[in-house]
Amino acid sequence: MKWDEFFVTGDPLIYGADVSIGLTVIGILFYLTYFKKWQWLWTEWLTTVDHKKLGIMYIASAVLMLFRGGVDALLMRVQLATPDSKFLDSQHYNEIFTTHGTIMIIFMAMPFLIGLINVVIPLQIGARDVAFPYLNAVSFWTFFIGAMLFNVSFVIGGSPSAGWTSYMPLAGNELSPGPGQNYYLLGLQIAGIGTLLTGINFLVTILKMRAPGMTLFRMPVFTWSALITMIIIVFAFPILTVALALMTFDRLFGAHFFTLQGAGMDMLWANLFWLWGHPEVYIVVLPAFGMFSEIISTFSRKTIFGYKAMIWAMIIIAGYSFMVWVHHFFTMGSGELVNSVFSITTMIIGIPTGIKIFNWLFTMYKGKISFTTPMLWSLGFIVNFVIGGVTGVMLAMAAADYQYHNTYFLVAHFHYVLIAGTVFACFAGLIFWFPKMFGYKLNERIGKWVFWVFNIGFNVCFIPQFILGLDGMPRRVYTYSAASGWGNLNMLSTVGGFLMGVAFLILVYNFYFSFRYSERENTGDSWGLGRTLEWSTTSAVPPHYNFAITPTVKSFDPLIQMKRDNVDLKPKIKDIKKIHMPDNSGVPFFMSAFFFIAGFGLVFEWFWMGIVGLIGVFITLIIRSFDPNEGYYVSEEEIKETERLTV
Amino acid sequence: MANPQDSLSREHGGIPWKHVIGYLLSIILTALALWVTFETGFSTRTILIIIFIFAFLQAALQLLMFMHMTESSEKKSKLTGQTQTGNILFAAFIAIVIVAGSVWVMSAGHAEHDHHKMDSKTHDMKMDGDMKMDHGDHK
Ligand code: HEM
Ligand SMILES: [Cu+2]
Repeated sequence: MKWDEFFVTGDPLIYGADVSIGLTVIGILFYLTYFKKWQWLWTEWLTTVDHKKLGIMYIASAVLMLFRGGVDALLMRVQLATPDSKFLDSQHYNEIFTTHGTIMIIFMAMPFLIGLINVVIPLQIGARDVAFPYLNAVSFWTFFIGAMLFNVSFVIGGSPSAGWTSYMPLAGNELSPGPGQNYYLLGLQIAGIGTLLTGINFLVTILKMRAPGMTLFRMPVFTWSALITMIIIVFAFPILTVALALMTFDRLFGAHFFTLQGAGMDMLWANLFWLWGHPEVYIVVLPAFGMFSEIISTFSRKTIFGYKAMIWAMIIIAGYSFMVWVHHFFTMGSGELVNSVFSITTMIIGIPTGIKIFNWLFTMYKGKISFTTPMLWSLGFIVNFVIGGVTGVMLAMAAADYQYHNTYFLVAHFHYVLIAGTVFACFAGLIFWFPKMFGYKLNERIGKWVFWVFNIGFNVCFIPQFILGLDGMPRRVYTYSAASGWGNLNMLSTVGGFLMGVAFLILVYNFYFSFRYSERENTGDSWGLGRTLEWSTTSAVPPHYNFAITPTVKSFDPLIQMKRDNVDLKPKIKDIKKIHMPDNSGVPFFMSAFFFIAGFGLVFEWFWMGIVGLIGVFITLIIRSFDPNEGYYVSEEEIKETERLTV
Repeated sequence: MANPQDSLSREHGGIPWKHVIGYLLSIILTALALWVTFETGFSTRTILIIIFIFAFLQAALQLLMFMHMTESSEKKSKLTGQTQTGNILFAAFIAIVIVAGSVWVMSAGHAEHDHHKMDSKTHDMKMDGDMKMDHGDHK
């Protein structure tokens, strides 16, 4: 391979990106060195096993990926704004919708949610950390390095271009030569390890580490939603792992699982992809539902309506989400019976979701509502998500789907679900729990601007796409003719897209503004309305051991109960005992570095490099196996000092 | 901190023979499957049957050696036992949905004709439709 093939060349956009990446890296290195921050970075962040810090790193990476995915989206919208546009050529457009879709789902939505789960869940169940803190760090670092591997594709070697679904035979060597598609396979494979480990970790954490008295049916709805999500992850992700591995074998080692030659079954890929892909939809939406439940209940000052119905709806979804996958390829031609069965299962799965909408409405009914920004996002969610849901039921009818399939109607539908569901929840949750992470709130006035600009932009962007879709505009086309008459609505849609971009910039400004000017919180219950244990900590940002004394739970909404009983949350000196905590470790960081080497080698089919990387991974596993890992004790003195208890 | 990780490492101590043996046996079964496929002259059908037998053996082996299948009700609480049972049943259910569902979906309707007859006409048509949507003019 020649050097000019190694680096992506010939496009001013890419050169611009090269320069900005270079400058950012130099800037960061300079900052770290000049302010002598290397030591701090290493001990406080890169080696941490603290669930709160890992959560913050997940969220920071996700916001970064939201930016990358968002830039992709706006590039596409610029190209589509006018007919016969020459801004992007077709190959470039294909690469951009592929990276946009993949990054938004795998490297933005999931890590954002997993980040919030990391920060909140152990606190919500009254635990001091997760069940396997070291594994949690491995999860984060494999996710992070998978994301980075996927992202370098656009400056080194070229990006995948077969769509985030990577259907065969399109994604095979014949039609997608070069390293691009390999980046997709290996980036997702490595990040998938992290997701699977998170699934196991939080499953055990929630089942085993709840504070005394917190029975399963006293768990907050968000904890329940996380539990169900983890169950789905544990059962769904292995399917993706296997499918990716099989396609990797096809591409790198000449196997014929999904190829047209050698009696491979191309559509089996689509089948396996969606066997994972539909449960994945619930993985990114259930935690969102959980967060909205917490926020709506908190700011309506009422217990969630129909708690048990909510929980059972989610438990049913855990199994049922594995029985609808064919609705993604009704047009493949599996015949009337298959299509009818999956059409019906799909319509049925809408029911538990519909029930939840009513639960939220009834929670607000006669409540004393505070219109804070997290609450605004939740209200926006209810309105917009219904549009996504209703159009979803339309798509579920197999016969009708022959018309909608692969048009902008579908594109609009899934953005209504993914943005109004997942992204709104990420924003709402981030704002709601921001004081838990940083000790101050995001400015509410600026936050409301973000909400309104984003919401208007969102609807201006995607409502026209429903109409375009019904008018026959196919998905994944890089341009269209003026004669089609699609120009005006597309221009409108692009304007909406840019409004969302503006909203994102205001949000980033709010990070800066609030860091400078926000009042610092001095109680653990920052909104004054907390109902669950995470708000019962003595300081706004909990100390690294979370609770000096493990709380005892007597009811659902435990903090409300404690407030009613006038329980003093400040720990008594006589109750303080030393606390056992896990050690930091640099091994997960190095393990992921070796994963990067292995992944990069395999992407370019430099097998020696792949082997070196994998040996490195193996060595880190061995180092960990022989590490006695005793952890350490936080002394009583230190706890007393942190809790400001005087003798 | 009372933490499952701690209790695990304390329980076992020394070399976890069960895991080592399970691991070696898994590798041997996998290697045997490869050997049967590449080195013996059996018919495809026979090879498939043998591979399936190896696969089921290995699944059982892993459940026994790694997944604590046997220690459900004895030492642990009743809840743990119930969770274990529920878990296994759910896993079996999902596995059946995945395997039987895939076989059904892939062999019903037109999908089947594509693969068995390899009728080039229907195949081309399908590819054509997909391709136009996906890649305007792929370079
Ligand atoms: C700033 C807001 C966004 C805009 C303007 C936007 C715009 C677009 C556009 C123009 C496409 C390509 C349509 C096509 O050519 O077929 C697309 C595809 C897609 N988007 Fe978005 N998007 C946004 C946010 C998101 C988010 C937040 C997610 C997920 C959480 C997401 C997931 C996807 C997926 C999965 C695809 C399909 C990719 C493929 O066809 O392979 N998008 N989006
Ligand atoms: Cu689906």
